[in-house]
Amino acid sequence: MTATAPMHNEPFVVELQQFEGPLDLLLTLIRDERVDIYDIPIARIAEQFLARIRFLAIDQAAEYLEMAARLLRIKAQMLLPRNQDNDAWEDPRAELVRRLLEYQQVREISDHLARMAEDRRSRFARAWLPSQSVEPPPAPLSLSLSELLSAVDRVLRIAREPHLHDVVPRPLDVDGAIRTIRAVLELRARARWYDVIRPSAESWEVLSALLALLELARRGELRLRQAAPFGSLVITRESAGQAA
Amino acid sequence: MNPLARLLEAALFASNRPVPVEELAGLDPEASPTDVRAALGEIRDTYQANGHGVELVELGEGWQVLTRPEFTDAIERAQLAARPHRLSGAALETLAIVAYRQPIGRAEIEEIRGVNCGAILKSLQERALIDVTGRGEGMGRPLLYGTTPLFLEQFALRHLEELPRADELAVTLRVEPRAI
Repeated sequence: MTATAPMHNEPFVVELQQFEGPLDLLLTLIRDERVDIYDIPIARIAEQFLARIRFLAIDQAAEYLEMAARLLRIKAQMLLPRNQDNDAWEDPRAELVRRLLEYQQVREISDHLARMAEDRRSRFARAWLPSQSVEPPPAPLSLSLSELLSAVDRVLRIAREPHLHDVVPRPLDVDGAIRTIRAVLELRARARWYDVIRPSAESWEVLSALLALLELARRGELRLRQAAPFGSLVITRESAGQAA
Repeated sequence: MNPLARLLEAALFASNRPVPVEELAGLDPEASPTDVRAALGEIRDTYQANGHGVELVELGEGWQVLTRPEFTDAIERAQLAARPHRLSGAALETLAIVAYRQPIGRAEIEEIRGVNCGAILKSLQERALIDVTGRGEGMGRPLLYGTTPLFLEQFALRHLEELPRADELAVTLRVEPRAI
């Protein structure tokens, strides 16, 4: 291992927030320590790396800790004795170096993209709108007639049979009601609605009585008077009618 | 300017996006794409020579009239238009990887960046700079991402080949798959 670079650089305190990830932090360390990326002094860089990640945000921990473990493993592999004449020896740092170079290239490209985006940002097109606020219009409903009909068919099949109600005609007894009213009016000149209808009368009886009253009023046998809407109905015998 | 150039100028003024040459050629049945290119050159030169506030730029697989950079601050101060937000470093890195390696899956991107990229991919997709272009082989058939025409437009690129080639970058990359 070539740990010849001077150690006079004090490890400075930095926020991990400013790094895009463990590879970014490693590249920064390599640049700051001025070491050769193809011959990284792993022990020193690993030590620096661990010092920096002492205060980790929880959501970043896994990524940085994984890199720390990787560095320590490489450090251990570097310490294993090896035969100087053995050409087949594979540098345990090779994979890390490859990743660092790859990442550095990505950084270079993204710097390039940033410059291009900045150039484009400084020029407006007509009616420019921020792209994130442009929402695509809802797709028009595409539906063929046969699809619509088959949907209707499905609904009809699901829907229960409509409940049919048989209406039974119930004849009104207007003539009977007329006889009842005449009988009441023979006994007294004035009567009320409840005098001509029994208290527990059914609908057909009420309707019969009403029609009978209207019929008799039309014939002039009696007069109907209601003082107010929904007020009580006063039935008066019409003497003239009876005379006729 | 000749009649075709005037027609194209009107069409480019009316459009709010870059218009490809083929579409511009459709405006005049008599005009060939060569005629259209010549007319576009004439408009661009006219804007250049006569000192206009706008210029004709080829980008995003089409042509678009853009304001000149020297007026951007004044226009923005007057709140007539606003610059789009800058992308974060993480978003630019992710976008760079997608642009160069497309179609590419999330796992590969995360391998290169060394960090989780799910949220960034989602926000890039929401900004319509990248989109799902297919599905990869292998377990779970992962979603593969690629850049969109809007990416070219927002980075003032005519096509992807305008990005610097990998061997033009300071650090060149060995592309063969690594053995682990």
